[in-house]
Amino acid sequence: MSNNEGVIYRISGPVVTATGIDARMYEVVRVGHEKLMGEVIEIHGEQSVIQVYEDTSGIRPGEPVFSTGQTLSVQLGPGLLTQIYDGIQRPLQTLEEVMGVFITRGVDADGLDLEKKWAFESTASVGDEVSGGQVIGTVQETDTITHKIMVPPKASGKIKSIESGDFNVTETVCTLDDGTEIQMMQEWPVRHPRPFNQKYAPDTPLVTGMRILDFLFPLAKGGAAGIPGPFGSGKTVTQQSLAKYSDAQIVVYIGCGERGNEMTEVLDEFPHLIDPNTGKPLMNRTVMIANTSNMPVAAREASVYTGITIAEYFRDQGYDVALMADSTSRWAEAMREISSRLEEMPGEEGYPAYLSSRLAEFYERAGRVETLNGDDGSVTVIGAVSPPGGDISEPVSQGTLRIVKVFWGLDAGLARQRHFPAINWLNSYSLYPQSLNQWFRDNIASDFPEVRTEISALLKVEAELQEIVQLVGSDALPMDQQLTLEVARMIRVYFLQQNGFDPVDAYSGVEQQYAMARAILTFQEEAKKAMAAGAVLEDVVNVPARIELMRARFAEGYLEKIEGLVEEMVSQIGNSVEAQ
Amino acid sequence: MTSKEYKTITDIKGPLVFLEKTEPVAYGEIVTIRLSDGSTKNGQVLDTSDDMVVVQVFEGTEGIDRRAGVKFLGDVFKLPVSKGLVGRILDGAGRPRDGGPDIVADEKADIIGAAINPYSRQSPHDFIQTGVSAIDCCTTLVRGQKLPIFSASGLPHNDIALQIARQAKLKDSDEEFIVVFCAMGITAEEYNFFRADLERTGALENAALFVNLADDPAVERLITPRLALTAAEYLAFEHDYHVLVIYTDMTNYCDSLRQIGAAREEVPGRRGYPGYMYTDLAMLYERAGIVKGKKGSITQFPILTMPGDDITHPIPDLSGYITEGQIVISRELHQAGIYPPINVLPSLSRLMGGCIGEETTRDDHKKISDQMYAAYAQGRELRGLVAIVGEDALNERDLQYLKFSDIFEDKFVRQGRDEDRTIDGTLNLCWELLANIDTKYLERLDDELISKYHPTEKKE
Repeated sequence: MSNNEGVIYRISGPVVTATGIDARMYEVVRVGHEKLMGEVIEIHGEQSVIQVYEDTSGIRPGEPVFSTGQTLSVQLGPGLLTQIYDGIQRPLQTLEEVMGVFITRGVDADGLDLEKKWAFESTASVGDEVSGGQVIGTVQETDTITHKIMVPPKASGKIKSIESGDFNVTETVCTLDDGTEIQMMQEWPVRHPRPFNQKYAPDTPLVTGMRILDFLFPLAKGGAAGIPGPFGSGKTVTQQSLAKYSDAQIVVYIGCGERGNEMTEVLDEFPHLIDPNTGKPLMNRTVMIANTSNMPVAAREASVYTGITIAEYFRDQGYDVALMADSTSRWAEAMREISSRLEEMPGEEGYPAYLSSRLAEFYERAGRVETLNGDDGSVTVIGAVSPPGGDISEPVSQGTLRIVKVFWGLDAGLARQRHFPAINWLNSYSLYPQSLNQWFRDNIASDFPEVRTEISALLKVEAELQEIVQLVGSDALPMDQQLTLEVARMIRVYFLQQNGFDPVDAYSGVEQQYAMARAILTFQEEAKKAMAAGAVLEDVVNVPARIELMRARFAEGYLEKIEGLVEEMVSQIGNSVEAQ
Repeated sequence: MTSKEYKTITDIKGPLVFLEKTEPVAYGEIVTIRLSDGSTKNGQVLDTSDDMVVVQVFEGTEGIDRRAGVKFLGDVFKLPVSKGLVGRILDGAGRPRDGGPDIVADEKADIIGAAINPYSRQSPHDFIQTGVSAIDCCTTLVRGQKLPIFSASGLPHNDIALQIARQAKLKDSDEEFIVVFCAMGITAEEYNFFRADLERTGALENAALFVNLADDPAVERLITPRLALTAAEYLAFEHDYHVLVIYTDMTNYCDSLRQIGAAREEVPGRRGYPGYMYTDLAMLYERAGIVKGKKGSITQFPILTMPGDDITHPIPDLSGYITEGQIVISRELHQAGIYPPINVLPSLSRLMGGCIGEETTRDDHKKISDQMYAAYAQGRELRGLVAIVGEDALNERDLQYLKFSDIFEDKFVRQGRDEDRTIDGTLNLCWELLANIDTKYLERLDDELISKYHPTEKKE
């Protein structure tokens, strides 16, 4: 028997043990007569332990196993955008054509359309010295995204021939003098980070259009954020808002072990949504990976790697990429499930002992880098975490928080009050403001950081005052503290709450955020003055212009109106003194 | 190969039987075991290798000895399906329980059920009117949704489930649902209650029942919901029915899962439940939905009782992460004598946003339900405060909210067991009740809606 064919010895759920096969760790193998795809995850002497990406019912010991010599890889090239894949980069649309509406097994599908011709325009010439990562041509993949064709990371040499024209992704577009043929498609093993020259410190925010995030807890391009929250606290809605509105050029959205209907909703919605930054359909910049909770668990484990490899590929082209993983807990559970089938010694709560190092490796693939060709690109990772019972002392949340610099803590209590996004402003944090302050000063307002500090200070004071109110009622507080409560209420209701389903309010530019924050502080100042001059708190709070100021944020063109409304508010507050 | 009978049992432990020296046996294969007294039991292969096969026995291992003969049937578990399932009562393993003939199969369907390709799903968007205000207004049910009832021992979740099964219909339509009812480890008394009610309303003719009672084998419970869902899929996607699957009680199902896990000496997750419980539950819940090109749909209504009323217990917790919301039954409201005791605050319908509004229910639905919810939430919070400082410490706004929370429970949540409210009726009721609060405190309603619907501020 040749060493690339073995036989199945044992089957236990998604874990299959084979003998007689000479496979390397993480090599892809084909299992059984149906040639189900699997990956070697453990080797015991003669036995190779394989995690299988498809259902194993009906497979028997004695069936053959074939090694392929390859590790789990993705196909990278034109045709990735607008696609929706399962966890091992099989296009779901192709699967539907082959299998119908239910996902059966034993079907192979290429990640890229190998037939489709793309208009390749060379940007390099014969005789150029090129090395890995260098751009040799472009393809206009969608209206908004130019796909840059790069020399594969490990190749280099002098260009012997290069041609513009219509090619499919497997045709050679360029040859080097050492005979290397370059196609538009590259393959890359998903578990290996793609190479780059160096990592930079992040200095630009990823603008998300969500006020609480951009203003209070900003995330940098190339940073990593964790969003833990119990069910029903709005993780998925937040992730989807980020996918819709963040100013990344490419978005990779991984639905990892989540609900089928939710993915369908995204699929239905995205083609109709317009990217606020380019005015084109959002789908043009999006790659989606959907491995829902009932799809094979091993493919779920692979899905985050598939996603981040695609993200890195676009980063290498010099793009700012944002990757959303919803939810990393399901990924961790997939690891736990497979680990327990391997009968490994468990760490905390049954998770494998290597959980935290896997999490760290994953998040570490985020970053703003100098690419191999000297360009600047970034991958920002935003991972949702679903802690059991909402208790973030569990291993996945803790493992995540140790690595990420931004923590957006979702809060069931806030969700219950219909305060959305239900991000708790007291326990969330971002470690980026220091490195991003300069950007905010240069691009928005010179006192931006100070305004932020004031707003968050007010929220902290409110939390302390609320404790007293719980005991004695708000009427027992002195007037200035009652005012503080009203101002904080305004921050919460008008500024922090944002309706993700409202076409206008869902996205708030940073300039508008700043103007709104300023308006709140102006109200506080003027109200203080007026009350010092004898005005009554209730009159000040109920001036019509303030209520209008708050309500008008749901109408188009709000940013232009703010100034006028604030002036009116100031004069009405002034009048409330005279009314006394 | 498959007809051969093996007498090679080595170990018997809990619901598991271990055999050696067999021909290659497929993972998931169905097994019959012939006992020395001539009776037979059924099982399924859980682990298979050249040396050892592990079989999980559905009826329990009582009476099996090492001389028992084991036959592998060469196939995975399949349910004979046909339209004839409607109107029938089957046991937890799919055998007739009503004394009727065997099901004449049009085909045999694999009960594990393949995952629906997310690309092939169709977003659920048809509003289902349940006639229960708390659900229709605040936790709207959508055709193709999976919406569990989170309840606890001693609460009337069965009445609510039945009321919904009775009253559920699309707005302005008489199209009825086929009910697939799946009992897992419930008592004979509860089962009789369900059956009597379905009989009384004539719904039994339009229902298929799969029944595993408390004294039926616990391991069988692991396949009962799969049978029910396989039947539901067949009726929905082959015969265009709209199917409402009610299954109760998920907690018993999960306990059976734990029992198998323990017998296999698996590494346990939280509270001894297996680490793969999330995936296992997802393989049930995710079988709800609508697919492109098919007329039928599957809507799921699982009932689970939260041990110790604890919503963070692994069973409700993992369920909540998979299902599209939850309806939470409250002991406090039940004790206050309110039926249905639905606590709208922790209840949620994730698909609601896409199915309410001008075209489906009414233009004010979104905002009025937000306002009802917000006002009730604030009122409830104030109750806690009043208990400490008394009503005198409240300002006018808070007082109105406080009063509203009582009205909300008494007039809005409370309704009769046979009271079927239309969605228009429910929304009008909301406006009527909100009139108890000054409009300037109704922050979530805009002037346009107020002038259109508010009972006293209305401008014709």
